[in-house]
Amino acid sequence: MSDSDREDGVSRRKVLECMTWAGTGVLWTIAGGVPHSLGIVGEAQAAEETKGLTFLQLSDSHVGFDKPANPNALGTLEEAVAKVNALAKKPAFAIHTGDISHLSLESQFDDADRVISQTRLDVHYVPGEHDFLDPDMKFYRERYGRGTKGSGWYSFDANGVHFIGLNNVVDLKAGGLGNLGADQIEWLEDDVKGRSASTPIVVFGHIPLWTVYPEWGWGTSDGAQALSYLKRFGSVTVLNGHIHQVMQKVEGNITFHTARSTAFPQPAPGTAPSPGPMKVPDEQLRTMLGITNVTFKQNEQRLAIIDSPLKG
Amino acid sequence: MTLSSTARSALVAAVLGAATATMLAAVVLPVRAQNAAPAGAVSIDNFTFNPTPLTVKAGTTVTWTNKDDIPHGIASSTNAFPKSRALDTDQSFSFTFTTPGTYQYFCYVHPHMVGTIVVEASTGSNATQ
Repeated sequence: MSDSDREDGVSRRKVLECMTWAGTGVLWTIAGGVPHSLGIVGEAQAAEETKGLTFLQLSDSHVGFDKPANPNALGTLEEAVAKVNALAKKPAFAIHTGDISHLSLESQFDDADRVISQTRLDVHYVPGEHDFLDPDMKFYRERYGRGTKGSGWYSFDANGVHFIGLNNVVDLKAGGLGNLGADQIEWLEDDVKGRSASTPIVVFGHIPLWTVYPEWGWGTSDGAQALSYLKRFGSVTVLNGHIHQVMQKVEGNITFHTARSTAFPQPAPGTAPSPGPMKVPDEQLRTMLGITNVTFKQNEQRLAIIDSPLKG
Repeated sequence: MTLSSTARSALVAAVLGAATATMLAAVVLPVRAQNAAPAGAVSIDNFTFNPTPLTVKAGTTVTWTNKDDIPHGIASSTNAFPKSRALDTDQSFSFTFTTPGTYQYFCYVHPHMVGTIVVEASTGSNATQ
């Protein structure tokens, strides 16, 4: 039996142990219907145990960002892609959890596409708020929105897993958080209706669907309502970006993860005057984007996040 | 310490002169300000609007300037004025408030950022129209 079976009979599907991933990209595998992170792209262990479906998560590329926190966000994306291409086993596909560009300029989307396409992976995108900054809010939809519903939500199936891509970054309300809106929530309810409760579900979107830190807008106002339609499923994994750091939480059958950025780190909630880009010493930047180990203790609802820098 | 009579007189004159200049400036500057279009400024720092609320007279052009490393966007909470384009670092957006009232606004990129402009009627002794 696998390691996860060893834990206990009650909540093995609720627990993902020894999760490890990084800003460069997260490698996931589906084994026995439960998504497991295989570790940081580029780590030796990521090349092992790759039975079943594996997929990659990229997030928050912010192509075009050139401020002190990282003067070359396109360069660090290129480094991430090089590590993806060095994987012993090629992932089946990738998801990108938004903020592809920094300012929604066509040139930034062009650059992002040029670099990410070098992975030769099918990439399933959801938008971040930085991807809807052009006046007509059309560039994202023209490039990535074909075949999607509304402002860009959709679902697909792979290896028996049902993937749901959500958009919680448009039509935001004053004083509020991320927002899905009634139309998208109604679609979600329909989308999962009639599916077997044993179908593993992976939901991905940009802003965390759970409330991380409302003071900084890190949450989704109607996220709980959306997740209520997923409570009957045995395994639900929610993958987000936006906060440029790893966080993880388990609530019932739902496991929440946020990925790191390939561009720049952001501060932990409340540890800085604002959630703006965190400037770290140059030699530290790639370490910040490199590795984070997250360990989940069984039957523990709280996050246990351990940073393990790639170097030093 | 001793100071000659002459030197003391010169010092007193200098201080008086400076004081007079200051008073003149205090009197003259508001008049000059009335001749130009009244202006108000809101700085966006660390994901906050400063100052907020900002109280201005009707007819004032308010300019928001983004001092963060992340883009922000200005939108009226009640669609009372057109939204700005996305403001990159050091970019600005201006709107002239002609009608008295209280205007709530927010950052449409980071909607937890909210602010208020209070526009007062341009009446009283300082009125120019």
